[in-house]
Formats: sequence, C-alpha cells, structure tokens
Amino acid sequence: MKFDLKTQTVREVNQALHDLPKDKQAEVEINGISGDHNLAVGMDHPVKITLNGHAGYYCAGMNKEAEIIVNGNAGQGVAENMMSGKVHVKGNASQSAAATAHGGLLVVDGDAAARCGISMKGVNIVVKGSVGHMSAFMGQSGCLVVCGDAGEALGDSLYEAHLYVKGKVESLGADCIQKEMRSEHLEELSALLKEAGCDDNPEDFTRYGSGRQLYNFKVDNTSAY
Amino acid sequence: MCGIVGLYLKNSALESQLGKLFEPMLIAMTGRGPDSAGFAIYGDEVSEDMIKLTLQHEDEHYPWHILAEKLEEEFKTDVSVMHNANAAVLKLKADETSVRETIAEFDPSIRIMSVGRSIEILKEVGLPEQIAERFTLSGMKGSHIVGHTRMATESGVTMEGSHPFSTGMDLCLVHNGSLSNHNRLREELQKEGIQFETENDSEVAAGYLTWRLRQGASVQEALEGAIEDLDGFFTFTVGTKDGFAVVRDPIACKPAVMAETEDYVAMASEYHALSTLPGIENAKLWEPDPGKVYFWGKG
Repeated sequence: MKFDLKTQTVREVNQALHDLPKDKQAEVEINGISGDHNLAVGMDHPVKITLNGHAGYYCAGMNKEAEIIVNGNAGQGVAENMMSGKVHVKGNASQSAAATAHGGLLVVDGDAAARCGISMKGVNIVVKGSVGHMSAFMGQSGCLVVCGDAGEALGDSLYEAHLYVKGKVESLGADCIQKEMRSEHLEELSALLKEAGCDDNPEDFTRYGSGRQLYNFKVDNTSAY
Repeated sequence: MCGIVGLYLKNSALESQLGKLFEPMLIAMTGRGPDSAGFAIYGDEVSEDMIKLTLQHEDEHYPWHILAEKLEEEFKTDVSVMHNANAAVLKLKADETSVRETIAEFDPSIRIMSVGRSIEILKEVGLPEQIAERFTLSGMKGSHIVGHTRMATESGVTMEGSHPFSTGMDLCLVHNGSLSNHNRLREELQKEGIQFETENDSEVAAGYLTWRLRQGASVQEALEGAIEDLDGFFTFTVGTKDGFAVVRDPIACKPAVMAETEDYVAMASEYHALSTLPGIENAKLWEPDPGKVYFWGKG
C-alpha cells in the first residue's frame, strides 16, 4: 500500500493507517514527505511503515507494535511515548527523541540532538552517532546506547535507566555516575547492538547510571540539583 | 511560538530569484506565526557615501515625494523614492543621524524600519501569505533575506511588535522564543541611551545588540555577549550587510535547522520551510549547536 503526501493530507493518511485490519500484517510506503508533522502517530498494530523523506515533529509518536522506518531525518519528539514496536531513523533525529517512551526500540543511524531519551520509561534507544546535551534526563527505565559521544549533563537526575557510551562524555549530570560493566550489562548491550545492526564491540563502551543520592529530597543535597 | 527563516545565496546567478525562492519558506511558517510577518532583504546596494532608508506610514497613499523634496532641500542632494504598498525606500547622500532627525521633525508618524546601504525591512500585521503578496515579495531580487512569522506572546499584535527589528546600520534581528529578564535589561539599556518603542521582549534583544555594536563590538562579539546576558529561550537570526548569523540559547529550547548546498545556505525553525528549495534532497542538513554563534556570508 502506498500513500503520497503531495496529494493526500497527513490526517487522511493517518486515518487510513489506523483503519488497516489489525489481524493482517501490512506493508505501507509513504512518499512525498516534506517535513510534515505527526506522521504515523498512534499506530496500534504490527504494520511495517516506510517513510521516504524527512519527517517533521512527533513522527511515530505513541507507537505500539508497528515497525516504522524513516528514510531521512526526523524532527523533534520522534517515537515520543512509544509503547512497543520499532522506529528506525536512517538520518539524524532532532531533540527529545523517544521522550517518555515506555517500550520498544528506537534506532538512529545518525546523531540525535539534545534531550534524547528524556524521561525514558522502559524504551531502548541505540544512537549510532552522538547525542546532544541532557540526554536521558530523568530517565527511569530502559537503555540508551550511544556509539558516538554524549553532550553535557548526561543522565541528569537519573533514576534507573542504563546508559552505555562508546565515545567521550562532555559531562555527567546531577547524580549520574560511571558504573562497573558487569557480565549482565555486556549481555544486555550486545543484544541491543545486534538488534540495531551495529558491529561495535560492547567492551569498548562505558556504563553510566544513577548514584541514587537524589531519589528522595534531602536538604543536604540541595546543591547537587 | 514564532517562525524564523533565512536564505543566503552563494551562487549570484540566483539573485534574481531570491524573493521567489523565499516566499514559500515564509508562508510555510504560517502555522508557527499567523498574526504578523516581515522580512529584511539585502541587495541593490548604494555607494559608500549614500544611505538607504525603508519608511512606513499607516496611510497607503502617503505623499512620500513631499518628504523627498524636504530632504533634497535640507541635504542639497538628489533623493530617489520607490513606493511599495505603504512603505517607501529612499536613497540619498547624507548621514544617518541627521536624516533621522529631519524625518522625525517633518512628520513623527513616519516609521523608520531600517537604515543602511543594503537592507530593506518590510513588515506588517496579517497572514504571511497576505504580507508577501502585499509587498510583492516573489518579484524581489537580492543576495540574502531573513524573515519572521509571529505568534504574539510577550506583547500585543501590532506592526511595531512584528519582526525584524532593526539593530543598527544594515543589521536586523528576528527572534523565536521569550526572554525572562527583558524588563530589567530594558531599564539598563535605556540608561545607556537605547530607545524602545514597544513592550516587546525581542525589541530588548535588538536594543542589546545595538548597544554592544555602538560600544565597538563585532556582530560575533555582540552575539556572544547576548548568550551571556539574555536569559530565557531564543533562536535568533541576525541579518548583516554581507550575510546572516544564527544563535540558539545554551539549552536550545527553540528549534532551528540549517541546510547548505553549493548554491545557498538556508535556516528555518522547521525543515518544512526548507523543503521547497532547489536541491534540498541532497543538501547538508543539521541543527545548530546550543550557545554557539554561526555566521554565513562574506568576511
């Protein structure tokens, strides 16, 4: 099934995607994209959607079960609040990629900008390039894998997400610390790299996580925030 | 929310099409700013001993030739006048301060949009499409252009509140975001002799640049100072005689995307506004880093 945004509106295309029969696995191609917002949002069944072109804001938001491929860059908030399924951006992703996402996998072949994985709640994110500042800010669960470098304040106010970075980290945010890479972490990282199609060696990565000092407010810690 | 767009041509063969290439970029940002729009276009440069002014008046049929005669008499020089809707571009041999004084004395209801050797600023309240049509943007020629579509947040929907704001000879500023320390900064700048016409926060940013440039700072230095001294959210695009600069606040709250090909450098708040440019499919695309000054142009 093919759609063309030069002749159809985003609303029409999203409605047609939502109307696909839930019991059949469909393959959909969307062409004629020129940075349109809200493409393929709210998917709720295992359809494979290929977007040919650069997507605007909130592409693949609230995704559940679908596999969504962007053959281009994605704007702010790609895969925001994803629940399950997979989103693969072949170019760069803008800010707040996979923000608040509860599950599924986001793969970015290029770089992701600031606040990648902000408030992540169970999603796995693999960025083959670098991530911007304040990535994994207030991350609660899930993994952020960065094959390049990370910007300032990585994992600021982090809860329990696992962060793996291969390159250099500009600075760590409040309560984010370097942690030991144990065998279960190597296993977890290897599986994610494999799933994302990366041939990087897991042993080249450093693990970061929560120092667990800021879970509950203590007045003695005020200066750490 | 507001929309910012800018286009700098590297290939001078495209200069005759500048307005045509730019118009869809401005209109594409209507969703980000439907209440007012404006642009600063650079080109048609006058010689070093001359200046060019863009003036506006509420009266569409304002008798600009009477003002021109007054200026001719006062400065003993020829004055050329070109009308464009309710605006007029005047070119003459004179210095900026004296011309400003003469115009204010002649008729204080005339608004001076810009002064320089290359810049022309045209802006108005209304939908970007209507404003582009009103000033016949698509037919304009030039080397580069920056534009703005406004969704008013900090102050009312007025022509004065619309962008670009002139920040000195051939300089202008467009802003997406909101500043939190504009009231105090406005008071400090007023003490330094900077005048403001509105309650608008972006005008304070423009006034700040004017102040730094008057102190002798370069555009680069003035913008580096802005990153330090302005508090709040911003993406600025600043037009200069030879190019344009882009700056985002240190936490990059407001969006910006850049595109570069052999023919041009373009910026926009959203990729959507760049999608009609020729060769955009193969352009280098990236987001400017936070807290960093970018400049494109000659010198």
